Amino acid sequence: MPTTRSYGTLTTSQGAGRVLSPLAAVLGLGLIVILVMTSVAVGSRPIPMADVWDGLLHRDRSTESVIIWQLRMPRTVLALTVGACLGVAGAVMQALTRNPLAEPGILGVNAGAAFAVVVAIAGFGATSFTGYVWFACAGAALASTLVWAVNQRACGQLGHPTTAGNSQTRLLLAGVALSACLSACTGIITMFDEDAFDSYRFWVVGSLANRDQSILLAFLPFAGIGLLVALALGPSLNALALGDDQASSLGLKVAHIRVLCFAVLTLLCGAATAAAGPIAFVGLVVPHAVRLITGPDQRRVLALSLIAGPALVLAADIVGRVIARPGEVEAGIVTAFVGAPVLVHLVLRQSRRNS
Amino acid sequence: MTTVPGFTALKLPGGFTLRLHRRSTVTVAALLTTASIIVAVTVATGAYEITRSDLLHTLMGGGSDMDQFIVLRQRLPRAVAAVLVGAALGLSGAVFQSISRNPLGSPDVVGFATGSASGGLIVILLAGTSSFASIATGTVTGGFATALFVYALSAGHGKGGERLILTGIAVGAMLSSVNDYLITRATLEDAETAKAWQFGSLNTITWPHVTPVLVVLAVLVPLTLALAGPMRVLEMGDDAASGLGVEVARVRILLLAAGVALAGVAVATSGPIGFLAMAAPQLARKVAHSPGIALLPSMAMGAVLLSAGDLLAQRLLSPFQIPVGLVTAALGGLYLLWVLTWRKG
Repeated sequence: MPTTRSYGTLTTSQGAGRVLSPLAAVLGLGLIVILVMTSVAVGSRPIPMADVWDGLLHRDRSTESVIIWQLRMPRTVLALTVGACLGVAGAVMQALTRNPLAEPGILGVNAGAAFAVVVAIAGFGATSFTGYVWFACAGAALASTLVWAVNQRACGQLGHPTTAGNSQTRLLLAGVALSACLSACTGIITMFDEDAFDSYRFWVVGSLANRDQSILLAFLPFAGIGLLVALALGPSLNALALGDDQASSLGLKVAHIRVLCFAVLTLLCGAATAAAGPIAFVGLVVPHAVRLITGPDQRRVLALSLIAGPALVLAADIVGRVIARPGEVEAGIVTAFVGAPVLVHLVLRQSRRNS
Repeated sequence: MTTVPGFTALKLPGGFTLRLHRRSTVTVAALLTTASIIVAVTVATGAYEITRSDLLHTLMGGGSDMDQFIVLRQRLPRAVAAVLVGAALGLSGAVFQSISRNPLGSPDVVGFATGSASGGLIVILLAGTSSFASIATGTVTGGFATALFVYALSAGHGKGGERLILTGIAVGAMLSSVNDYLITRATLEDAETAKAWQFGSLNTITWPHVTPVLVVLAVLVPLTLALAGPMRVLEMGDDAASGLGVEVARVRILLLAAGVALAGVAVATSGPIGFLAMAAPQLARKVAHSPGIALLPSMAMGAVLLSAGDLLAQRLLSPFQIPVGLVTAALGGLYLLWVLTWRKG
C-alpha cells in the first residue's frame, strides 16, 4: 500500500496502529458481549446474569425467554446496528470532506432524513418503517449533497493551508444553517398535527424504545449493504486523503469514489435515522476515538468504527435506561451529552493549531 | 471642518458638529417608513373585516367593543411587538457582530439564543410557571450564562472570531439536546406550550408583554448608541483601540451585557426568533453602504424584517398561524447557506 508510507512523520503511529488495532478489536468485541449481556439483563424486570446466558442459549416459552427474545434482544441488536451505521458514516464523512469536525448529525444529514420522514408521515400517510425509509434515504442524500457542494465552494483550492480553518468553520455553519432550515420546516408540519407531534417529539430525540422486530428486519439489509460498501471503500479513502490530484495519479477514479461515498452515507444515515430517529455525535466521537488507536489508515478506522459505534450506542442506551428510573433518557440525548463536550474540545484544539 | 465624502456635517447649537452618513440616514428613514406601512397593513387587515372609517374611529378611541378588542388589543400590540422585538434583535446582532469582528458572530449562531431558550424552558417546565416575569428571568439568565461560558471557553487565544463561533456551535448543539430532553420529560400539554414558545411566535402577544420590551429598549438603546464610537474603534483590534484611548475591557463588557440583555428580552417576549440578529446587520450594511456595522440601520432593518415576517406568518396559511420564528428560521437558514456558498472571501 503506497499510501501508508506517504504519511511520513506518522509512520510510528502507523506501526503502533498495526499492532494495537487487532488488540483493540478483540477488546472491543469483548466489551460488546458484556454490553449485550447487560442490556438484556437491565430493565423494569431485572434478569440475573446467569439466567441471561441461559436464556440466550436456549429459547423456550418461559417468561424470561419471552422478555429476552421478544423485547430486549431486538432493541439491543437495533442499538448495535444503528451504532455501526452512524460510526462508519462519520468515518466516511470525515474522510470525504477532509474535515475532522464533519458528522452527519451536525452537518444536517440526519435533519434531512428527519424532515423527509415527517413529510412521509404527514403528507403521504406512511406509517411503517418500510414506508418511510425511502423518504429518509432521499432526504439524507439531498442534505449530504447540498452540504458537500457548499464545502467544495468554501474550500476553493483543495487543502489550501490558509483557508483550511476557514473552510472547517464554513462547513459546520452550512450544516447548522441547513439543520435550522429543515427543522423549521419539520416544525411547521408537526404543528398542524397533534398526534404527529406527540410521536415526533419522542422520535426526534433518537430513542430505541418501542421499535419492534419488523423495523429491525427491514433495517438490517440497508445497514448491511451500506456497511459492506463502506468497508470496501477503505483503500480508496486512503488514497483520497492525499488530495484529488494525487489520488487520480494513483489510478483512482475520484468522482466514482465520491458517488459511492454519498451512496453509503445515504444508506447508512437514512436507514439509521428512519429506525431510531436522528442520533447525533456518534459519527463525530467514534472515528476520533478510533484514530487515537489506529492512526490515519482509513481501513483500520472503518473496521474499528464498526466495533466502537455499536458499543457507544448500546452503552448510551443502557445508561439512559438506568439513570432516570422508572423513566428513560433516550439514547440520542445521552450521546449528545457525551459528544458535545468532545466537539468543544476538538474545536478548541483545532483553533489553537490554526492560530 | 473638513468634509468627508458621503457624510453631511450638521452644525448643532453649542459648537458641536454632528456628522451623518448620508446614505445610512436615508436608509433608516426608508426602513422606518416601510415598518410603519407594514404595521398599518397588519392592523388594518385580517380575518376580521373592518372598514377604513371604522378603523380610524376605533384608533381615535371610539368604535364598537368588538372593533376595539380586535384592533387595539389584538392587532396593535402584535404589530408593535414585532417592531420592538425586531429592533432589539437587530441591535443585539449588530453589537455581537462588531465585538466578534465576524458577520456570523450573532447571538443565534453562537448559541446564546439556544441558551436563552433553555433558561425559558427550564422555567416553563420545571418551575411550572408561565408568567412573563419568570420566563424573562429564565431567558436572560440562560443567555448570560451561555454567553459567559462560550466566551470563557474561547478566550485567551488569537483569532477570536473563528474560535468563538465554533465553540458557540458546539455549546449550542449541547444545549439544544438539553432542550429536547426537557420537552420529552413534560406532559403533552406542557410540551405543546413549551414547543410553541420554543419556535418563537407573536400569536399571543398582549400589551403587558409589550411594556417590558419598551422599557428595556428605552434604557439599552441610548446606552448602546453612546458606545457606538468606542465600538467602531474596537473593531480595529484591541491594541489599536487601547492605543487610541479606549478602555477595551470595560467597553467590551458593557457592549456584551447590552447585547445579551437585548437578545434575552426579545427571547422572553416572543421565544427564540432564528437568524434575524444575523441577517439584519448584514442586510442593513448592504443597503446603507456603510463602512462598518451600523447600529441604527440594523435596528430599523430588524424591525422591518420581523414585522414583515410576522405578517407573512399570519397570512401565509391563514387561518392557521405559523409561528414567525419558523418562518425566519427557514428563510434565514437559506440566507446563511447562500452567504456561505456564494459570498466572496
